[in-house]
Amino acid sequence: MKYELQPTLPPPANTIGVIGWMRKHLFNGPLNSIATLVLAWLAFTLLTPVIDWAFFSANWAGTTREDCTSGGACWVFVGQRIDQFLYGFYPREETWRLNLSFFLMLALILWLAIPKIPAKGIAAVLTLVVFPVVAFFLLTGGVFGLEAVDTHQWGGLSLTLVLAVVGMVASLPLGVLLALGRRSEMPIVKSLSVVYIEIWRGVPLITVLFMASVMLPLFFPEGMSFDKLLRALIGITLFQTAYMAEVVRGGLQAIPKGQYEAADSLGLGYWQKMIMIILPQALKMMIPGVVNTFIALFKDTSLVLIIGLFDLLAIVQAATNDPKWIGYATEGYVFVALVFWIFCFSMSRYSQYLEKRLQTGHGNRA
Amino acid sequence: MTDAASNTGEQLMIELRDMNKWYGEFHVLKNINLKVKKGERIVICGPSGSGKSTMIRCINRLEEHQRGDILVNGVPLTHDIKNIETIRKDVGMVFQHFNLFPHLTVLENCVLAPIWVKKIPRKEAEATAMKYLERVKIPEQAKKYPGQLSGGQQQRVAIARSLCMNPDVMLFDEPTSALDPEMIKEVLDVMIELAREGMTMLCVTHEMGFAKTVADRVIFMADGQIVEENEPHEFFNNPQHERTKLFLSQIIDH
Repeated sequence: MKYELQPTLPPPANTIGVIGWMRKHLFNGPLNSIATLVLAWLAFTLLTPVIDWAFFSANWAGTTREDCTSGGACWVFVGQRIDQFLYGFYPREETWRLNLSFFLMLALILWLAIPKIPAKGIAAVLTLVVFPVVAFFLLTGGVFGLEAVDTHQWGGLSLTLVLAVVGMVASLPLGVLLALGRRSEMPIVKSLSVVYIEIWRGVPLITVLFMASVMLPLFFPEGMSFDKLLRALIGITLFQTAYMAEVVRGGLQAIPKGQYEAADSLGLGYWQKMIMIILPQALKMMIPGVVNTFIALFKDTSLVLIIGLFDLLAIVQAATNDPKWIGYATEGYVFVALVFWIFCFSMSRYSQYLEKRLQTGHGNRA
Repeated sequence: MTDAASNTGEQLMIELRDMNKWYGEFHVLKNINLKVKKGERIVICGPSGSGKSTMIRCINRLEEHQRGDILVNGVPLTHDIKNIETIRKDVGMVFQHFNLFPHLTVLENCVLAPIWVKKIPRKEAEATAMKYLERVKIPEQAKKYPGQLSGGQQQRVAIARSLCMNPDVMLFDEPTSALDPEMIKEVLDVMIELAREGMTMLCVTHEMGFAKTVADRVIFMADGQIVEENEPHEFFNNPQHERTKLFLSQIIDH
């Protein structure tokens, strides 16, 4: 038989492209076709009024509730109050300090997050050491000719971000220490860590916040009073540290025993072993868990409203009770949900990207 | 016990005196006595569960012994962390599963301990690392990650990593047991070369060919005890104990 090289043919037209994809994923068999049509109909009937309310019939321009006439969403309400939603009761002429802090942080995060920008070490030091100090003085003021702004004037999204960022930045390293403590061979360190973790994990955050605002002052000497915001920050951090510690412990447990033994046999000390060998590998595996905890923390910050701090949710809620805007609570809550969603979704996407990037960076593991 | 090392004058590298170890209630090592002179090459064999790996892991304190003495280079192995650190600096170890650090390149694997433990400047450490990577015949892989190498290559990197610490003794814990058959030779070749250069070696292995080629002594362990030790020719051709004969007949039958 004569051998001939067969020509390369394109695949049949009905298996590729949009039609092929739809046949394969949406209409492969009668049951799936029916499900596809039913779900498409449901999505259409449910979403159309929502989209119509939020966009097409919505009122965008104006200054008072009298401008909301079309029956759709009244975004005028959010537009009129946006300053308050973002800055709380921070003096209006000083809000540039909040903006500057926010954009400084954004720039540093982008610097850290985008692989192409060099000098990550400098960025890390700036983010973790320099920025907190700068932001602290910018926000509280009272030095360098900046007007002092008391923390009870803080509020809105900027307060939410302060709570979330401080909680995240503090709880990760503390959580790592606590997780190492829990896996320690020293019985006292170990039991203290276990007790700490189990106590804080077993208490609702609301209780922690109540205790921080009501009980904590009882433990301090007379006349020594702590800022309410600071107390909330401490409460949130202590609480989240316990959760973070368990995430970190999960990562540490996934590292094979051989890695510890190899580090030991080379004569590395405990901290050298942990910092250079174990934690870099464990942290990579912990990314989904850590980000999950960060997202939960970010949303949990809204609980501070029960101790009288006006975070984004609390301040929007207060605004909906304003007689001038009665009846527009939905718009307020949708706005809050959207803002929270944007932050949480960004974190989620970045963590997925980071996981992928770190995976390929080290080749496949044998 | 043998008197092979008892004639003094030669430097003792490792000495185990009535060493005992328990895992909970289980008595894994019973009255182990062993003397290893500088430059000696010792192969330890025995059925699985006989305690041979545990014994060499006690020498650099990956396992803790409960009774008896272990001296390495004259330094007694106790709870004193200083002594443990000194001993670990002088004793290199190669594992069955290589245990390279997967997040570091081959070169970084090799220079990490010299830089951080021995405080050697990075440049110098890298030069030493390249020298040893050449000796194990994979200098071209220096920039790769362990996951990108074959098992045999990884084990050779692990040997180079240990050598970079310039150890006085090398412990090998079944270094070829996890390798595909076609990769065993490349690792054994490196080990044979190392033995010829006079490195003091304790090697737990089932490679009897290796034992015949390089060992000064073969130690046979069973049930947590040293049953028999002899120079290789005598050990293989004229085993004394029934237990040794049984073991040798089982491994040679294959």
